[in-house]
Amino acid sequence: MTDKWNAIVVGAGHNGLVCAALLAKAGKQVLVLEANEQVGGAAITREFTTGFSVSACAHLMYQLQPKVQKELKLDLQLASRDMSTIALAEDGKHVRIDGHSVEGVSATDQREYRAFHKRMTRYADLLRSFFNKPPPRLGTRNAKDLVTLAQLGFDVRRLGRTEMQEFLRIIGMNIHDELQERFDNGLLKGALSLDAVLGTHLGPRSPNTIMTYLYRLAGNRGRVSLPAGGMGRVSDVLAHTARESGVTIRTGMPVSRIIIDNGRVAGVETANGERFDSYTVVSNADPKRTIMELVGARHVETGFTHRITHLRMRGNAAKLHLALDGLPTIAGLSKKDFAERLVIATDEHYVERAFNPAKYGECSAEPVVEMTFPSFRDTSLAPTGKHVMSAIVQYAPYALKDGWTDKTTSAFKDTVMTTIARLAPDIESRTIASELLTPADIEREFHITGGHWHHGELTLDQFYFVRPVCTAAQYSLPVDGLFLCGAGAHPGGGVSGAAGRNAAKTILAREKVA
Amino acid sequence: MSIQEVPQGRLRTPFYSRLAALDTLNAWHEWKGYSSADALYCADIEYFAIRNACAVFDLSPMTKYRIEGTDSLAYIDRLVTRDMAKIRPGRVAYAVWCDDRGQVIDDGTIFHLREGEYRLCSQERHFAWLKTAAIGFEVSITEETADIAALALQGPTSFSTLCGMGIEGLGDLKPFGLMHVDFEGAELMISRTGFTGDLGYELWITPDKAEALWDALFEAGKLFGIRAMGTHALETARIEAGYIAAYVDFLPADATVRTGRTRSPLELGLDWLVDFKKPNFNGRRALAREKRNGSTWRLVKLDIDGNKPAHHSYVYAKPKNNKSDIGFITSAVWSPVCKQNIALGSVRMPHGAVGSTVWVEIYYQREMHWSRVMAEATVVDKPFWFPPRRSATPPEPF
Repeated sequence: MTDKWNAIVVGAGHNGLVCAALLAKAGKQVLVLEANEQVGGAAITREFTTGFSVSACAHLMYQLQPKVQKELKLDLQLASRDMSTIALAEDGKHVRIDGHSVEGVSATDQREYRAFHKRMTRYADLLRSFFNKPPPRLGTRNAKDLVTLAQLGFDVRRLGRTEMQEFLRIIGMNIHDELQERFDNGLLKGALSLDAVLGTHLGPRSPNTIMTYLYRLAGNRGRVSLPAGGMGRVSDVLAHTARESGVTIRTGMPVSRIIIDNGRVAGVETANGERFDSYTVVSNADPKRTIMELVGARHVETGFTHRITHLRMRGNAAKLHLALDGLPTIAGLSKKDFAERLVIATDEHYVERAFNPAKYGECSAEPVVEMTFPSFRDTSLAPTGKHVMSAIVQYAPYALKDGWTDKTTSAFKDTVMTTIARLAPDIESRTIASELLTPADIEREFHITGGHWHHGELTLDQFYFVRPVCTAAQYSLPVDGLFLCGAGAHPGGGVSGAAGRNAAKTILAREKVA
Repeated sequence: MSIQEVPQGRLRTPFYSRLAALDTLNAWHEWKGYSSADALYCADIEYFAIRNACAVFDLSPMTKYRIEGTDSLAYIDRLVTRDMAKIRPGRVAYAVWCDDRGQVIDDGTIFHLREGEYRLCSQERHFAWLKTAAIGFEVSITEETADIAALALQGPTSFSTLCGMGIEGLGDLKPFGLMHVDFEGAELMISRTGFTGDLGYELWITPDKAEALWDALFEAGKLFGIRAMGTHALETARIEAGYIAAYVDFLPADATVRTGRTRSPLELGLDWLVDFKKPNFNGRRALAREKRNGSTWRLVKLDIDGNKPAHHSYVYAKPKNNKSDIGFITSAVWSPVCKQNIALGSVRMPHGAVGSTVWVEIYYQREMHWSRVMAEATVVDKPFWFPPRRSATPPEPF
């Protein structure tokens, strides 16, 4: 028997690292086992061609929670903060969205947008207030749960009668209807639609897209930033903090199973056959992988495996990385605009149309694109004078009808390049090297089932009290000693650290009771 | 385009021709899509055949699933509450299975036919649940109800009848054992199981040999008083044996809508089937909690004063001045062989401890007018009918 660990964290994603660091700070002996050679999970910076580095999966930071930063005393350098969003138009008449104001639209739209943004921010703030505590259990008499529940009711009520009614009216709605009701400008509607559906298997006319939009706003009122050194730097800082707090991190150690002995967790076994003992195992992997692959159906009950296997987590976002010998030319953009977030979603129908084929296992013919040029402000990512582009592209369904092969991947890459070239005609000629990661690649590289970066669709039926599924929504899975700390748990994906922090709090509180 | 013939109305079992030939009452009901006889000549005579000679019951409509694959044991062990690792090939286990909340979905028998190959039999259909339970297991589940013709041969002369048919080695077959023999070139499975609480066997064969099996059985049983029987006679026998039935003594958990209408195995007197030494099975967490905190209901076997069957009666703690009932009767019958007025019922804890007295409110009609008695009843532990011959190995010949 090797050393006994107080807790083993499976996966050194950013949530795993936050959880490990907080547990270690509370005096626990913590071991983190990471399958890849690099820590960070989907929050890594990677050189994809000589001299050019990019955030390989997550690339924009919306919501690293202040509580996480404070408790772990993180010192993060940002390459740019409060980035605007520019909705690109082929005629160069772009629309620029900057917090609560918008340029390039009519005065009415401007006024409407201000009101829309104010209201949405208010609801998002409400949502955020629940991010940093574990969801309450329903139907219990536990005082803490009841207090949280009462707080939830109170906070919703505190919006005021009219606003509460409005909140309850729109929370399950689709964003398309709301945008149609308010705005005229297609680019504005397109850009807001894109915000609502990025990273989901939803179109702007799918129900629940107001909720996904609010989720994006909730992190930090929609403010977007780029960490210096790419997303990998965030993970490196977290790993450093974790190590300082006494956490042992071992990379290149894929966990092949979580050992269950007599109905409770006893440790983990890695692919090389090494065994590590602990009565507490915290999984940073997604819920499906955790239960169906690492634990095994025989150690949980039928209804539970049923719910877990039916968890909706169909990734739809591909990642495009370009190494460029210079910035491309986009009509109507000044040079400094390349520091912002550029989106291709020409109107409110464009996004829905892009989604249509995804329902049938096909890629968008005219995909939705969110582009950033991180090297513009962060020279460490590319050689002098050269640039990298990091883009999220939708829709590229995980379960592609023809399967993801070299052929289908390269065909989709061509589609994306053509789409971008419509706005930046010289993009092809400026490209030195390129890489497209499909959801299948994301699944393989980052070990996320379905390549879905939220570890499960962020919809009301998989949210809060029931995230990922009921009987597992409070970070503890129905196997004694087994916890979940990743995006599959409340609140969800994005580099926020909230799930990791909440999981650590839950584990420590449990111990106190025991 | 081809036209597929779909049978309309009730299906006939492979034994239908033989049953119909013996039938004089024309009293049939539907059992999972099949015609099944209430009785063929007289329910009482058929009942006495079970207890004094032997009676044949057509249980072909009984739901049967074949479970096989490398994970079959692990699968079944997680499905049911008892330890299936102890059930070796050639053995049969009575078992109960629950949902995640520890509430009974159904009970049935599981035949370990050969290493890793099982047959699960139950009154109700459960394909959806069994398939759901198979998520994550290397196991195949096949519905084989229509592929197997089955007969129950129950009663003190059943052993002698089968020996008369030329079956060898039957004497060594213990209760809940099974064996395979040859019958006219087909494989006949014989298990020492039944629903009557008496000496008895169940016979399983392919449908094409069904009629031949029936004929051979009745030929051999001629001197042993063999008779065909219907479900009425069986119902009396199963209550005497203290066996519970789905939709009568409990509701399948997946068929209830209201909360509190389901029952856990602990509430059905099946705690002996719940093996908490097993690290995991469906419902374990909920049942462990129930075990700790106490159950809500208790199944009771009642020996009731008088001779009026307590159908659908309320059960009370006292003969009078009750504020409310403590439960109700689910199955009741006058037992001819025990000469007892017996019943199964569901009462709220802590009522109904073994040996305690409860009161049963029985309504009965005499020449249109209703009368009511408060009958004293004793909670008993053992089945009402449990003859030594049921477990004697080898059984005594007749």
